[in-house]
Amino acid sequence: MNHNIDAVIALSAVLFGLGVLGVLTRKNAITIFMSIELMLNSVNLSLVAFSRLHNDITGQMLVIFVMAIAAAEVAVGLAIVISIFRNRQTADVTEINLLRW
Amino acid sequence: MIVDILFYITALVAIISGILVITGKSPVTSALSLVLNFFCIAFIYLMLEAQFLAIIQVIVYAGAIMVLFLFVIMLLNLQDDQTLFEKFDLKKGFAVLLTALFLLEILYILPAGTNSSAGVSFPELGTVEAIGKYLFSEYLYPFEMISVVLLAAVVGAVVVAKKKVD
Repeated sequence: MNHNIDAVIALSAVLFGLGVLGVLTRKNAITIFMSIELMLNSVNLSLVAFSRLHNDITGQMLVIFVMAIAAAEVAVGLAIVISIFRNRQTADVTEINLLRW
Repeated sequence: MIVDILFYITALVAIISGILVITGKSPVTSALSLVLNFFCIAFIYLMLEAQFLAIIQVIVYAGAIMVLFLFVIMLLNLQDDQTLFEKFDLKKGFAVLLTALFLLEILYILPAGTNSSAGVSFPELGTVEAIGKYLFSEYLYPFEMISVVLLAAVVGAVVVAKKKVD
């Protein structure tokens, strides 16, 4: 099966762009986290594509580690969102300004 | 031939569900679109002969991580967010401009990079056996480190999210 790797990389770039747009435009912290997941997945996709292109397993190993880091990041991030929501009754990132002076 | 058509259909579904993630009005819509997106990416992993990663994508992302998201949405009882195209102000226009520039840049340099389709395939590259062999020999040290990171994240999440008792 001869795949056109360029098409996979282009798909990955488009998904990454969608993630960037989501992070820049949404206000809900949960949706921003989902956009970050979208970006992490697009990077994983390009890593797998390069692994296939060069017939090298290193890309796939890197994807496994990225997945583990993503799981850790989501767990801690959502815990922070819950903690802030408990104090402020909001998950809107424009209203969370604890560290602003 | 049929594989190519299948790939383009999957890519189209992935892009549409990605657009739904960032434009969905309620967080639940976004989460369910994200699950569809993860399944599409798992399917493309299968086409790229990364079988183990396709299974892991479905179990870890579409399973565990999205359940975590849905639990948090359920706990928080969030209001509907305003979407991208209602109340379109200068900041959002700037964000769209930046994203378009970034995308154009990547798509412009793309032909200079790989400009080749993948050669002969080694289907044994992405199997559980191959990944396991590398994970426990060459990548043993990063593997142990990632387990420590995960433990720290679990403890940290419990400490941050728990209610203060005194």
